[in-house]
Amino acid sequence: MSATFWVQLLFMLFGLIALGSGLLVVTTNNLVHSALWLVVTLGALAGCYLLLAAEFVAWVQVLIYLGAVVVLLLFALMLTRAPTGKQPDLTTSNRWVAAGVGTLTAVVLVSSVVSGFRDVRIDLNDPLVGTAAVTGDLIFRRWVLPFEALSVLLLAALVGAIALSRGTHAPADDAADRLDETTG
Amino acid sequence: MMPLWWPLVLACLLFSLGVYGVLARRNAVQVLMAIELMLNAVNLNLVAFDAYLRDVVHSGQVLTLFVIVIAAAEIGLGLAIVLLVFRTHAGIDIDEMTELADRDDVEAVKEAGARV
Repeated sequence: MSATFWVQLLFMLFGLIALGSGLLVVTTNNLVHSALWLVVTLGALAGCYLLLAAEFVAWVQVLIYLGAVVVLLLFALMLTRAPTGKQPDLTTSNRWVAAGVGTLTAVVLVSSVVSGFRDVRIDLNDPLVGTAAVTGDLIFRRWVLPFEALSVLLLAALVGAIALSRGTHAPADDAADRLDETTG
Repeated sequence: MMPLWWPLVLACLLFSLGVYGVLARRNAVQVLMAIELMLNAVNLNLVAFDAYLRDVVHSGQVLTLFVIVIAAAEIGLGLAIVLLVFRTHAGIDIDEMTELADRDDVEAVKEAGARV
């Protein structure tokens, strides 16, 4: 009983943290702060995964998302010379339309989910915990074919990213360089 | 015991925040952050249903791992494209990216600039 209470309380807490920082990610006027609030959101979601017995997924979330993806985003912000201070024009002028669409999405999704799963409960008293041993065993037995296909996809994406960011032989680059030379 | 709709509602709200971010933000990197929010909302759904169905092969958790991998590939490619756009357009404001065609000659680039 008390364990259930603590799980529910912690989940509520992590959920509220994720929602609040997620709201700040999409509304703050500071580019770097927005990336750092994303760290808080993803970390809180990792806590939610832990509470839902997905142990390995939670640590992968911490490693890949908090460790790699956010650092990549920060690098991209630096390489595009993003200003570090406050900027008033980070959202478009049609942000009210966007807010309306977002609210509508939320209303539709939440109402359908609540009406569909209102009385359903997750039994977390005796859960099948997805530890690294269990998940690794399953990935390399049951899910090995999609796993290998994904590794090829990741390789292709890496090669594509390198080919894109080298860009020395791209015609568009040359044209832009020539344009720079002609315009001074 | 936890109601199943708690994680589902959390995922729905995070997804809506991502939708708002994709539509309202001007900086391309921030649009990518909003896409990450949406992908994470889907991941939370998958993990919640995995716990609810007590799946012995953990389809939900394994699919979540796959989505994380695809998100990493997507963010790598997306940021490479953003950097390329920054180099050719001197800015990553997606409201101003009305000319993304790959042109060979200078005149066409100039014409496009004049039209905009």
